Amino acid sequence: MNNLIRLLDGTPSIVCNDPWQLLGDVTEPAVQGPQIMPLNVWLARQDEAVLRAEQASADGVCLAPDDEVESLRPYLPVLPMIAIAFPSFRDGRAYSQAYLLRTRLGWTGELRAVGDVLRDQLSHMRQCGFDAFAVREDKSVEDALKGLAGMSVVYGRSAIEPRPLFRRRV
Amino acid sequence: MYQYDEYDHVLVNERVAQFRDQVERRLRDELSEEEFLPLRLQNGLYLQKHAYMLRVAIPYGTLAARQMRALAHVARQYDRGYGHFTTRQNIQFNWIELERVPDILEHLAGVEMHAIQTSGNCVRNITTEAFAGVAADELLDPRPLAEILRQWSTINPEFLYLPRKFKIALCAAEEDRAAVMMHDIGLYLYRDEAGELLLRVMVGGGLGRTPILSQQIREALPWRHLLSYVEAVLRVYNRHGRRDNKYKARIKILVKALGIEAFAREVEAEWQHIKDGPAELTQEEYQRVADAFVAPPYEQLSELDLGFGTALAQDAEFARWVSRNTLAHKVPGYSAVVLSTKPGISAPPGDVTAEQMEALADLAERFGFAELRIAHEQNIVLPDVRKADLYALWQAAAEVGLATPNIGLLTDVIACPGGDFCALANAKSIPIAQAIQQRFDDLDYLHDLGNISLNISGCMNACGHHHIGNIGILGVDKNGSEWYQVTIGGAQGKASALGKVIGPAFSAAQIPDVIDGLVRTFTDYREAEEGFVDTVQRIGLEPFKEEVYRKPQVPA
Repeated sequence: MNNLIRLLDGTPSIVCNDPWQLLGDVTEPAVQGPQIMPLNVWLARQDEAVLRAEQASADGVCLAPDDEVESLRPYLPVLPMIAIAFPSFRDGRAYSQAYLLRTRLGWTGELRAVGDVLRDQLSHMRQCGFDAFAVREDKSVEDALKGLAGMSVVYGRSAIEPRPLFRRRV
Repeated sequence: MYQYDEYDHVLVNERVAQFRDQVERRLRDELSEEEFLPLRLQNGLYLQKHAYMLRVAIPYGTLAARQMRALAHVARQYDRGYGHFTTRQNIQFNWIELERVPDILEHLAGVEMHAIQTSGNCVRNITTEAFAGVAADELLDPRPLAEILRQWSTINPEFLYLPRKFKIALCAAEEDRAAVMMHDIGLYLYRDEAGELLLRVMVGGGLGRTPILSQQIREALPWRHLLSYVEAVLRVYNRHGRRDNKYKARIKILVKALGIEAFAREVEAEWQHIKDGPAELTQEEYQRVADAFVAPPYEQLSELDLGFGTALAQDAEFARWVSRNTLAHKVPGYSAVVLSTKPGISAPPGDVTAEQMEALADLAERFGFAELRIAHEQNIVLPDVRKADLYALWQAAAEVGLATPNIGLLTDVIACPGGDFCALANAKSIPIAQAIQQRFDDLDYLHDLGNISLNISGCMNACGHHHIGNIGILGVDKNGSEWYQVTIGGAQGKASALGKVIGPAFSAAQIPDVIDGLVRTFTDYREAEEGFVDTVQRIGLEPFKEEVYRKPQVPA
């Protein structure tokens, strides 16, 4: 994917040679290289061994807003990465999905925001546990990078800071 | 009252800088209007019919005299010399230029104010009653938990793009003066026999197109679990609330679709995961915030004041004002005073001029501890007035047009800005309010009628809370012209009720006669000291309909 920002140990960088490609649906022609696909497509394409969590998958999965994150639980050990789609930047379900993947299901691998991913929401995504951001292709990724830090004060808690401010006060 | 600490200052200042940048990017067209829209809404900025409207937050309706002066400054420097207090205890400025909004917000940040989340599909201003901390029937002070909730919900990253707006209110008194049951989450605070602070949690209330009163989801929730429980409700709502239709997106629709038991099970299951985690409140944090709300240095006064008693006996107008516009205070010798923003024809409900704001700030300093409150009925409260000072206050308030003795009466109309300003409105609200106020200008008659709430909304969004008015008026559009649907029997408080439609809608010109007919029916049928809403409940809609639709000039 183009226009990608990744966090490595909390430090963001723009990734130029990301190999992943987002597969919209099964009817699209096969592409070269690793693919991220909707959950139902992913399930249909995996070998039995992958589905039994005995063998790593080469395919990434992309959750739609309606998908239950809990349904990924059996496959977490074999998934190379997880993407969550923002069909619109105004649809906030992905924030809860990301939060649950990180805090409830213990996912530590890459969690990538895809779709309508824009500068002014990046800090919220980061706080909810995303560590990769495929910025919408018509936008400048350098510009979007400025949105990643957000505010220096967060009253509540988040995936990356589970303690609310009242437990962090000095 | 609560004072910002270093964290609060940093957050609000950074927010101003962030929004200044967003406005500049919008003006340079780097942000499309579609991309900018939720950003400006979450900073309180609407685009209305004539101009931008900025809604400034007044957390749980509490503000200091110096903050009121800052609002006066904004009204004068950036608007047309007035502001409009809202049913969410906030203030709106109706004639704002986009380019100047960052400067306004910077000025407000200097007095610890902001416009964060006064709009948008996020948790809105947390509200409680205007008499918090002073009402004689208060069980405990709701403000510490309101402030804790305000902080927790401010820029909470997971819950900024909910399916729809989300409103939370708290009540901690015998009487519910915060309209708790029409909120997405309502919290009744109380203490058990051992003195522990507990919460009764209500969920799924809301007005709008489908008005629903909230239902109880949890009893006896220990206060330490406030944040984790609200978080659980919001997470269930964020994940499962409808997003396909904005009129079905409030949590009330989800609660109704699932049923309260099934919804409660979902919340409970989510809550079990987080209840004993770091979101659990600490006594230390409660105390830190509660310390900001310690009682001011009240004097030890006698409950009876000779001068006050004499003035009451000698000045009937003053006595009338005292009987309507003051509320019993928990400290002997003090009263809480309501200054009416409903003078009638001279100003729309909730509108206050810059001069009046400055006068209010002066009054708050002279007759109290420099603190004011905004009631959800859009009036101004001075919470701590010595009874010995009431006469002087009354005279001073009268000089600036803020001594109308009509609190709770028919002319204490709640009204949204309506079609004169609002882009959403189907019909005007203000001329209707003023026509009614003009018709009912006989104070003796009004006082004889007693408590009647009359609420007007210019559209289904129900900002004027018409459903819970004893008399409700809703502006509707019929083939491009403005009509008004009338409901009766609505009520706020612990006995909340939604009004029932009496029949076909009326033209604006008919409304004063219609109200007259309703009121006359009430006086014909009422027993003893019965209030309007009690009479409606006892005799039903029919006698009212008969009277109102009988008149020849009103179409049947």
